[in-house]
Amino acid sequence: MDRRVTWLPFGLSRYSGKQVVGGGLIVIVLALLPYLDSNSSHISAVADAGYILLLAFGLNIIVGYTGLLALGFAAFFAIGAYTYAFVASPQFGLHWSFWIMLVVSAAVAAAFGVILGAPTLRLRGDYLAIVTLGFGEIVPQLFQNLDKWTGGPDGIAAVDQPTLFGYNFGFNPTPYYYLYFVVICICLLLLTNLRYSRLGRTWMAIREDELAAEHMGINTTTAKLLAFSMGAAFAGIAGVIYAAKLSTISPSGFDFNMSIMILAAIVLGGMGNLSGVLLGGGIIAMLNFLILPQASNWAHALGTKLNVAFLMSVDLTQYRFMLYGIILVLVMLFRPEGLLPSATVRAELHDAGKTPEAA
Amino acid sequence: MTLLSLQGATKKFGGLTAVDDVTFDVDAGSIISLIGPNGAGKSTVFNLITGIYAPTAGTIVLDGRSIGGLKPHVVASLGISRTFQNIRLFAHMTVLDNVLVGRHSRMRATPFDCAFRTPFARGEEKAAEESAMATLDWIGLSKYAREWARNLPYGMQRRLEIARALASEPKLLLLDEPAAGTNPAEKVALMKLVQAIRERGVTVLLIEHDMKLVMGISDYVHVLDYGAEIAHGKPEMVRHDPRVIEAYLGKGA
Repeated sequence: MDRRVTWLPFGLSRYSGKQVVGGGLIVIVLALLPYLDSNSSHISAVADAGYILLLAFGLNIIVGYTGLLALGFAAFFAIGAYTYAFVASPQFGLHWSFWIMLVVSAAVAAAFGVILGAPTLRLRGDYLAIVTLGFGEIVPQLFQNLDKWTGGPDGIAAVDQPTLFGYNFGFNPTPYYYLYFVVICICLLLLTNLRYSRLGRTWMAIREDELAAEHMGINTTTAKLLAFSMGAAFAGIAGVIYAAKLSTISPSGFDFNMSIMILAAIVLGGMGNLSGVLLGGGIIAMLNFLILPQASNWAHALGTKLNVAFLMSVDLTQYRFMLYGIILVLVMLFRPEGLLPSATVRAELHDAGKTPEAA
Repeated sequence: MTLLSLQGATKKFGGLTAVDDVTFDVDAGSIISLIGPNGAGKSTVFNLITGIYAPTAGTIVLDGRSIGGLKPHVVASLGISRTFQNIRLFAHMTVLDNVLVGRHSRMRATPFDCAFRTPFARGEEKAAEESAMATLDWIGLSKYAREWARNLPYGMQRRLEIARALASEPKLLLLDEPAAGTNPAEKVALMKLVQAIRERGVTVLLIEHDMKLVMGISDYVHVLDYGAEIAHGKPEMVRHDPRVIEAYLGKGA
């Protein structure tokens, strides 16, 4: 724990040498991935993991750090995506810059984070979960029913794709992959900074004991609203890139299932720990975009060989939410702290029973 | 000099008067005890001072400033910190982080500073960590700085709670039954600790059931029963006051 690489800039000095080398290797492999794997559908799938990770980062601030169980997180994702689609599509004939909207949508989502956060400040646990669940239902419903502006259930098509120095991203997944890659690296640095800062401690103190936190001089109202707005900002950024990459959005992409998928990701990986969130988000995203579609193909091949009609036509992606449900149940039963709990949790499990002797 | 002054502080919950017209002063640099049987309203007095409840009537003045009805985090930043009857540490945070949270109101880093780890945040963080370690050192817990708070044995958790409360450099420290559940050796250590806290220039207001401890360290004692003050005075006077004996032991004792 104390062998940190203290000379590194940003929050990196918080990690041990092993973690920095390991993380660095993963970053290098991921940076070269489009050269190692020329299958563009793979790159597209890995790029889509980007928005899952960004959403997981955001939700982790609210649920993992601050301990506020928010269930309708996909609403902020939707707000980010629609904010961009409104001003960068033929819908209203506007074509604002993607790069500016990346920041603007984050701010809009953050503002909605405050709007949702404010009425929930006095609520805890299950009550908070129910209110946020309601918000998560209302937002996609609004986008669906305000069809004069939002295109209703069909959503908004022909959303502008980003252009950088005259190069249009188009439908090629590789530039999106790198965009996510850079955004995620920046977000990771910011999150690491936050985690080990005055504000990060504030959030965790509220999670641990709100009353005691208040008596330490913490304005819990401000701190919770900051958690909501910062978490929502990550979802807003994810929404913009998602809308641009897909070039079309519809309300069905932001339903309750999306919120649950993100929650499953952070619970699986280890709430409150960034490496855990990365791992959980990565696993869920790979299951969703790569493994389940592939597994369907394998099942079809197997079905043809064995002449089993069910296997020949099965679409395993249909079962993904059942799978996430099973994952949630299994993790809660067998490893409630997640696959990669925070260092302090590990230390505690490792040193179980070895408490310091009474002075 | 009077640091804290309660004038006719009253708190009613519906028809129940939990604190009834309580008036007393706490002089700077003193150790004052608040005693009384269970349910006498001692903790409610603490909750009035620290802002959990707003007084139904009466005033609470800290250093010439009325603090009755202010929010707990404002009261804390004005220089009152406290411990709790049932230990309320941040269990899944390290010992050091617990103390750093205690220093919150002395720190100024904005969310922007925190996210971008500006030179200001970095400098402030370093200074806070040094000060927190010094506090832990002073209270004898620096060895366990990286341990999880919940892993400490009970007696140390009590001390950590005090260290966390001292981290904000308060003017007034409220201790709510600090000796509850501690063994005789720890009680002796606690008495020394409370006296050492006073020597640091912190005024102490204490709720305690352990009479040996109260009589040993208090400059002045206030006795509550059914929300109202029934006696006050120097420890040895209060100890022999028939009203106090009656409140604790019942008539005929």
